Amino acid sequence: MLKKHISKHQINFMGLRKPAMILSGIMILVSIVSLATLKLNVGIDFTGGSIIEVGYQQPVELEPIRDVLSVNGYEDAVVQHFGSASEVLIRLVPKTGQNEADTSSEVIKLLRGMGDDTVQERRVEYVGPQVGEELTEDGGLAVLYALIAILIYVSVRFEYRFSLGAVVALIHDVIITLGVFSLLRLDFDLSVLAAILAVIGYSLNDTIVVFDRIRENFRKIRNKTPEEVTNISINQTISRTLMTSFTTLLVLFSLFFIGGESIHAFSLSLIIGVFVGTYSSIYVATSTTLLLGISRDDLIEPEIDEDELARP
Amino acid sequence: MVNQYPAWKYLLLAVITAFGVIYASPNLYGEDPAVQISHRVNLVNESELSHVRDILVAEGIKFRSIELNVSNLLVRFDNEDEQLRASSEIRRALQNSDSRYSVALNLAPATPEWMAQLNALPMYLGLDLRGGVHFLMEVDMDSAIEKSLQRSESEIKSFMRSKKIRYKSVQSDMTAINLQFASLTVRDMAKLEIENEFRDFVFTTRDEANNGFIKMSLNPTALQTEKKLAIEQNISTLRNRVNELGVAEPVIQRQGEDRVVVQLPGVQDTVRAKEILGATATLEFRMVHGNFTDWTAAQASGRAPIGTRLYERTDKSPVLLKRSVIVTGDQIVGAVSGIDSRSSSPNVTITMNGKGADRMGDVTRDNIGNPMAVVFIEDKYEFRTVNGEEKRFKTTVSQVINVATIQAQLSKRFEITGLDSTRESHDLALLLRAGALRAPMLIVEERTVGPSLGKENINKGFLSVMIGFSAVLLFMAIYYKVFGLVANVALTLNLVLLVAVLSLLQATLTLPGIAGIVLTVGMAVDANVLIFERIKEEMRMGNSPQASIFTGYEKAFGTIADANVTTLIAAIILFGFGTGPIKGFAVTLSIGILTSMLTAIFGTRAIINLIYGRKAVTKLAI
Repeated sequence: MLKKHISKHQINFMGLRKPAMILSGIMILVSIVSLATLKLNVGIDFTGGSIIEVGYQQPVELEPIRDVLSVNGYEDAVVQHFGSASEVLIRLVPKTGQNEADTSSEVIKLLRGMGDDTVQERRVEYVGPQVGEELTEDGGLAVLYALIAILIYVSVRFEYRFSLGAVVALIHDVIITLGVFSLLRLDFDLSVLAAILAVIGYSLNDTIVVFDRIRENFRKIRNKTPEEVTNISINQTISRTLMTSFTTLLVLFSLFFIGGESIHAFSLSLIIGVFVGTYSSIYVATSTTLLLGISRDDLIEPEIDEDELARP
Repeated sequence: MVNQYPAWKYLLLAVITAFGVIYASPNLYGEDPAVQISHRVNLVNESELSHVRDILVAEGIKFRSIELNVSNLLVRFDNEDEQLRASSEIRRALQNSDSRYSVALNLAPATPEWMAQLNALPMYLGLDLRGGVHFLMEVDMDSAIEKSLQRSESEIKSFMRSKKIRYKSVQSDMTAINLQFASLTVRDMAKLEIENEFRDFVFTTRDEANNGFIKMSLNPTALQTEKKLAIEQNISTLRNRVNELGVAEPVIQRQGEDRVVVQLPGVQDTVRAKEILGATATLEFRMVHGNFTDWTAAQASGRAPIGTRLYERTDKSPVLLKRSVIVTGDQIVGAVSGIDSRSSSPNVTITMNGKGADRMGDVTRDNIGNPMAVVFIEDKYEFRTVNGEEKRFKTTVSQVINVATIQAQLSKRFEITGLDSTRESHDLALLLRAGALRAPMLIVEERTVGPSLGKENINKGFLSVMIGFSAVLLFMAIYYKVFGLVANVALTLNLVLLVAVLSLLQATLTLPGIAGIVLTVGMAVDANVLIFERIKEEMRMGNSPQASIFTGYEKAFGTIADANVTTLIAAIILFGFGTGPIKGFAVTLSIGILTSMLTAIFGTRAIINLIYGRKAVTKLAI
């Protein structure tokens, strides 16, 4: 019976625990240092300000646009191409001495005044400083609430050590995803925040599947160390973990390459999140649970109950 | 036999599939460009229908159909050019006879009649997909209170005059009304009288050098009521203004204590929409004081004589006006813009309400030959950083747009000139008709998507769903063979059901919503992968195919449930905190998790049973 649990091509995942922990440690350290020094490139959703996206019939030069804007008092305007050379994205920080909501109207009037009638307003986003502050607060709270709710659910369904393991893995994923955004100077906006919450959901999904198997095996396999049981469980679930990550990545890459500029940051953060989340559900969540000293005795209570009930 | 489903389960599955197909299919029909005609007061009827048809026939504009609905008339077109041409022709013809007609561009779902009767309608496209404007506007409550105090101030003055109470001064500021009396006895007597009459206030008294002071501030209940009134009146004014702009299916909703969400689908000229919605412009009529010499003297010294105020005219020259107002914009009930026949400059013809007309009549009768001024008042906002904190400042711009000598007694209707352009006169008339905002509003968030980007978003979104979906289907078929094909049927049913539920809920489909659908597709595979891997494992352990299928489903179920519940928790929290687009993502994700559990467990099992049940199987194609 026991032989059947350990198929021939067992990979010793847990043997690589130490290197994996070092790797995670380095990634987290780099992420935190990057977040502290380079900071996040937070978009106007959180800082307040305006984004104006305009489209032209032909490719346009950015210099003349910058000049017109800076002559008219928008020296801080960030002007860049967006998606193609005929689309231009203008970013404006909150400016004192002006009604912000009018800024976008004014900029568009200025661009129309440049002599090219083909300029078309594609998108305008304006977020007032007050609203930006609220979004930051609400976003942070949402992540916190999600973690707490998950902590409680996993504690109830499994055991507190599993729940801590799951949350450590989630924090690991969130920090590293944020770290990549910070290192690569990618824009962090509301859609990325949503993606990070989705990553939490996804990575958790993965972790729970592994935990579920560990729980099952702890009850079934009697003469193995927790480390061995964990290793067996990971081996049993690895093909499912990789399959699901692969199909999810298939659609995410399709979103990333075809979905258009508007959804780029969103799909990119999910792609990073799926990679990190897959890794963390294999290594981080299980290692943490093992470190916390999980053992057979913590999980066999229900079985004992059943046995006792079954006896006449 | 273990792997058999009773007939009723297949029947249930058939019903679910039929439901999915019927409610998802309206989304395939797309939308027709249309023009929507309604009347602000009356319901449109057959006569308008034939009138509109005549206009279109006369102009040679091809249309697909005209239908009369409960509250509007809908004309469908084959393309946008005809829609645009028709809307301007219809608008011109109808509004010439009655300005209360509203003619708006719309995208009408091209769902067949029988589907619409089953309530099977397409999903509503969000602003990021159809183009349009989203504003979050905040009511400036401080100004609302200030204005209410100003109104009370004049009431208190006339109350004291009627009670023969002598006061030194009555002045209101942002938070309170301050009354000053020459003696404490008068003050105490006044307090008794006023307390009885003005019950919304909290009174505090103060003495200083024989002078008695009363400070009146609104009590908490009155403050609450005042804020409630301010936001309610602002919403109704916004509604009027949006109607004037001619927008089909606008959303105007209160959000929280002091904010209003305004969504205008399909609006192209956002600059103008913003100007009209946020405009606080109103008019005041005042008598002119003195002559040119007095005005320049006042400008030089910067001091206006008692009872007057110094104003600027449009050419920046000074003019002194009496402090007391003849009538204000509140008393205007109608305004139509046009061209003045004598000067051929733009004008606005104004109609006053009874009270305003009486007052105007009285004042102009007594002042024939004297000049009267029209003052244009507008609130402007700016942000300034004070001690590192972002603060909002309001400045009120009052400009004299016209000074004219009163030729005869005016009454209910009269016209004003002095406006720069026909556009200005048109906007002013619109604002006067729609009514003033009780308190100024500020746009605190704006998200505008132009029509071209909207179209691009929907095309690219749709394409990426199709490609991602096909890739997954292909992969599953190759990797899991027969079981993979079964999973693909379930996956397709999942997509159909998800779209059906979203359509039935009339959820708004946004770009993040599409992303949610894509992600659900990717993750929906998970349940099947879990089951199939488990079945493979059971087979490897030497169990029979039938037993492996049975235990595979059995054992995977607990895992799937646990894993999905946790994802659902994350989705619900997303929904709770998120704003519009993120909510859309959360809704699709949550519904997707539920439909995927149904199709991946129940749906695939039904088909697998059909294929492998009832017979002796030695090998599974998995």
